[in-house]
Amino acid sequence: MTIEGWILILGFTLIVAALARPVGLYLDAVYAGRRTWLTPLVAPVERGIYALAGVRPQEAQGWRTYAVGVVVFSLVSALVVHAILRLQGVLPFNPQGFEGVPPAIAANTAVSFVTNTNWQSYGGETTMSHLSQMAALTVQNFASAAVGMAVAVAVSRGIAARGSGTLGNFWVDLMRGVLYVLLPACVVLALPYVALGIPQTLAGSLQASTLEGPTQDIAVGPVASQVAIKMLGTNGGGFFNANAAHPLENTGALTNFIQMVSIFVLGAGLCVTFGRIVGDERQGWAILAAMGSLFLVGVGLTYWAESHASAALVAAGVDPSAGNMEGKETRFGIAASALFAVVTTAASCGAVNAMHDSFTPLGGMVPMVNMMLGEVIVGGVGAGLYGMLVFVLLTVFIAGLMVGRTPTWLGKRIEAREVRLAVFAILAAPFAILVGTAFAAAGAGTAGVQDGGPHGFSEMLYAFTSAGANNGSAFGGLTATSDFWAYGLAAAMMVGRFLIIVPVLAIAGALSTRSPAAASAGAFPTSGPLFVGLLVAIVLIVGGLTFFPALALGPLAEATASGLF
Amino acid sequence: MLVHLRPALVLVALLTALTGIAYPLGVTGLAAAVFPHQAAGSPVTRDGVVVGSSLVGQSFSQPQYFWGRPSAAGEGYDGRASSGSNLGPTSQALADRVRAEAARHGVPVSRIPPELLTASGSGLDPHISRQAALFQVARVASARGLPVDDVQALVEARVEPRFAGVLGEEWVNILALNMALDAMPLANAAPGAGVP
Repeated sequence: MTIEGWILILGFTLIVAALARPVGLYLDAVYAGRRTWLTPLVAPVERGIYALAGVRPQEAQGWRTYAVGVVVFSLVSALVVHAILRLQGVLPFNPQGFEGVPPAIAANTAVSFVTNTNWQSYGGETTMSHLSQMAALTVQNFASAAVGMAVAVAVSRGIAARGSGTLGNFWVDLMRGVLYVLLPACVVLALPYVALGIPQTLAGSLQASTLEGPTQDIAVGPVASQVAIKMLGTNGGGFFNANAAHPLENTGALTNFIQMVSIFVLGAGLCVTFGRIVGDERQGWAILAAMGSLFLVGVGLTYWAESHASAALVAAGVDPSAGNMEGKETRFGIAASALFAVVTTAASCGAVNAMHDSFTPLGGMVPMVNMMLGEVIVGGVGAGLYGMLVFVLLTVFIAGLMVGRTPTWLGKRIEAREVRLAVFAILAAPFAILVGTAFAAAGAGTAGVQDGGPHGFSEMLYAFTSAGANNGSAFGGLTATSDFWAYGLAAAMMVGRFLIIVPVLAIAGALSTRSPAAASAGAFPTSGPLFVGLLVAIVLIVGGLTFFPALALGPLAEATASGLF
Repeated sequence: MLVHLRPALVLVALLTALTGIAYPLGVTGLAAAVFPHQAAGSPVTRDGVVVGSSLVGQSFSQPQYFWGRPSAAGEGYDGRASSGSNLGPTSQALADRVRAEAARHGVPVSRIPPELLTASGSGLDPHISRQAALFQVARVASARGLPVDDVQALVEARVEPRFAGVLGEEWVNILALNMALDAMPLANAAPGAGVP
């Protein structure tokens, strides 16, 4: 570990914390429909779109209508993506002449991008035409991120509502997220990315005759426009197979830093937005503080682990002082690779700038744990906030039990139905992850594994964890192209998305029908260090109880067998 | 359900047009106008011929060139098949590959800078560290019949510092370094030296 490494990690954390408030206030203004500096430009476009789509923007929806909107929109999106991928061979913008994507991979990819997971069981530069990258995948990078933000805002409104029983209008929230937030930000980010070397062209490749003679065919394409939204929307699906480790997708230290900040900035900002919506900004900061503590512990552990050479390198006699450089790029080194790995898995992004499969056992376990905790450490845009709010509700309930009082949250009584729904939302993804991994390890998925032993189990566990948590990163040694993997992971991704969104909206719907009472002296405050500590503890206990046995069979067994690294 | 179908269909279509066609094509047009070199993938030319991209590593195995890191991209530095090895931390295959790579350098494993023995994440890493470049100076100088000091000075001159002093790592771009080598006046051309 180096001084520069820690400056990077702490500097990154401070910059994200500093951006949270301005971003959060802007998001609050956008979703409340207040005037922003983009309003004169965007509002007319917005009105036209609503007219065309038959949307009445003033119409507030109850939770059921909102949830059906989310599901129908996602379903239509998945079908369109699937169709484009299957038909790319006869569609334009296909300079490489790729054929249609095979059905299982196309279905897996469609679900993957619509659920904001961006699990990729294909190599981008060897599979996808430019049209597929742009009109299928980039579109869902925008749309799935906007859906996540919309749900988070709707849930916040439900918690804050004074008996109205409504959460807002899904179509309006969806379009505002794209038109006022994601698209303008990407337009601003894409060109600097090009200036820093990320390609943006409709050509398919750059042909070179190398210094030693042989020809090198370098894949290029409309990369910068996709990278901008891929990070900001915590999607993570790479243009190239190697994702953000590819020197054309992430050219150097500066693009790497901008990409990492992009991953966190909206998720962090949404915490502040939540605080504004419920009328007490400290509520949002308490959540962000809980996220930040879990994040820093994860970064410290990964950075420490990756600063050691792995057992295989030591066995071969490699100088251990440089750390574990297998699967890492020279321009990022250990610190920026470890930080990126934690950011991308804490935030449900899933882009990688180093290969997690080659991390040391403990270094590779932290990304897994980040996902297993429910992607609530900043989390996917929107998804992280509504995921964490479920844990907040559970914490309030448990704190109420401990002091023997009826639990109240922001002045509202928490009743049995909400707690049941919260437990359902918390257990849906673990159920998909553990059941899926069990089937895989029982033989259905072992054919795709690269390594035997505990590491092979880790590859399978990581895959279902990544899908169930809607992350999308991988232990890339696993070949996940068989029907079991393609459809099994697609099912896990759907569970991890919709069986959380629907119960969370139901909770918000129930809370929206109640009027807050004045805070009584006995109510447990949901801001302040005591609550932050309790929230962190609940997240860790639930995740630990659920996943410790699985981790013991994978990374912990490998660490024990290899002498820690 | 059905009342949701119209907005869903219309908005998916509009989003496709806006974020899937207009946005990427708009950025492409703008990029071609403002940063045409980077937009095309940062090609490097010599005598009018494209010899590579300044951002993408390429395969070097001849003794008179500096070598990059082991590559798992296709058969090695395949620009159409980026990939890491994904070999795990306890993998026997990884230990074997490290030993084989060390044999190529002809020195015991423990004396070789570790990045020269470990595959990068992309298989297209264009860089090596200063130490990894200095380690190869003797071989390159001898293969080219150049004074060791001259080659060493060339390396030192091409070490890129960390961005703003803290971000990223120090590195040397191998393609740029090897092109600078080729441009050096040859001493009494030794066998095997020179430009192929």
